[in-house]
Amino acid sequence: MNNNKLHQQFIASLVKEKRWVRFYQLLILIAFFSLWEIASSNRWIDPLIFSSPSKVYTLFIDNIADGTLFTHISYTLFETVLGFIIGTLLGTILAAILWWSPFLSKVLDPYLVILNAMPKVALGPILIVAMGPGMGSIITMGAIISVIISTIVIYTSFKNVDANYLKVLQTFNATRLQMFKEAILPASFPTIISTLKVNVGLSWVGVIVGEFLVSSKGLGYLIIYGFQVFNFNLVLMSLLIIAVFATIMYQLVELLEKKLIKNE
Amino acid sequence: MNFLNVSKVHHTYFSKEAATEALQDINLSINKGEFVSFIGPSGCGKTTLLSIIAGLFQPTLGTVKIEGQDVFENDDLSIGYMLQQDYLFPWKTIEENITLGLKLLKKENHSIASKLLKDVGLPPVEKKYPRELSGGMRQRVALARTLAVNPKILLLDEPFSALDYQSKLKLEDLVSEMLKEYNKTAILVTHDLGEAIAMSDRIFLFSPRPGRLYKTFEVPEEIRNLTPFEARGHSSYSSLFQLIWKELESLEQ
Repeated sequence: MNNNKLHQQFIASLVKEKRWVRFYQLLILIAFFSLWEIASSNRWIDPLIFSSPSKVYTLFIDNIADGTLFTHISYTLFETVLGFIIGTLLGTILAAILWWSPFLSKVLDPYLVILNAMPKVALGPILIVAMGPGMGSIITMGAIISVIISTIVIYTSFKNVDANYLKVLQTFNATRLQMFKEAILPASFPTIISTLKVNVGLSWVGVIVGEFLVSSKGLGYLIIYGFQVFNFNLVLMSLLIIAVFATIMYQLVELLEKKLIKNE
Repeated sequence: MNFLNVSKVHHTYFSKEAATEALQDINLSINKGEFVSFIGPSGCGKTTLLSIIAGLFQPTLGTVKIEGQDVFENDDLSIGYMLQQDYLFPWKTIEENITLGLKLLKKENHSIASKLLKDVGLPPVEKKYPRELSGGMRQRVALARTLAVNPKILLLDEPFSALDYQSKLKLEDLVSEMLKEYNKTAILVTHDLGEAIAMSDRIFLFSPRPGRLYKTFEVPEEIRNLTPFEARGHSSYSSLFQLIWKELESLEQ
């Protein structure tokens, strides 16, 4: 048998494996929703609390038809994306400042630890009183929850860039800004991307909690409203929509990763 | 007038635990176009001295002057520094890597990359990334990057030690040939005594703790004019090797 044929076989086996993976993934999805539906309609679980896929679906169609759902989704999505971008950007900038001034980083070290350990959502009430019960405070919440951990992780990555790269730049008389641009930042892109991935989840938490506290629009509001009027169809529908959009955001970050990191 | 003058250089490293004297009263001078090597047991401060000559940090005491100018006070003095590993930037193409120094010195010149690649004996790989090249090829690219800025002096910090033997011999010949062609002054730090003899005009032997200049050896004329590869086969090569080897042995006791 020649190499070409063996290679063909190898590729065929890869394709086959991928198909089986997809098959089982789909199977789990279908099994989950079917089981949920059956359990609910047979009252193995309380349909009032756990709802059922068919009820969620009916509600979803109704809400799309009357146009309210679209407003809620776009509201929350806007807040989350903005909170996510601000959080990561601010984290990167803070990390750059700490890298720039080793003295400042030594001074601020314990404060970063404290701020990181503190549950940021507890700041919610203060934010809302200070900034007013609007979109601003919710976006801030989405950003604040990720900014400190981003700063710490990215700063650590800045510090761990191989000093020999800097040595190379130094022999070319590079300034500190050039060192940052040519070596420190690009070498840390993989870390920044992985913080982005973590921040996708964190920003959703921040925004939803923010909406719990104050909002009159958005998916977080729908959840808390559904809870108050004991409409768990609404709660579960919002949850499923959040899951879908969080996944899409995550996929977009992965797309960015492929674009940005060409060398691996 | 000497090209490079190192006078009365002392250097001490400070840490919380101790002050370690790395270099003690180093005086040496090198002529233009000369190739010299620094050898000695580990801890003899040869890499420290090289970094000081490169202007990476200032010595505790003493001065280093190139063509009469202090290496710390002069910002546009270009120095080529080659490290043990290539340290090519993995996210830059070969061309971007080679022209990096020119970019930083604001003298961009893209056509130089293809010319230098040819000079260091590589095919046109400008658009490739470092990971696509072998270790020997990458070190050649690093050499091209170093030469791109047209440095006055080349500092080689064990640049061949991470390579396989065959690539190492080939690269030694290449570097030696190119330096002669461009009439560049170079300092090589190495652990490999044979390499030092085969490549240099003069060899400085350092003794450890604290680093001091122990002895200087002149490489005989007949070896200097050979390529490093041919030099290794010459009869005076082994006698010089024996001589320096004995000195090294005595230092390590």
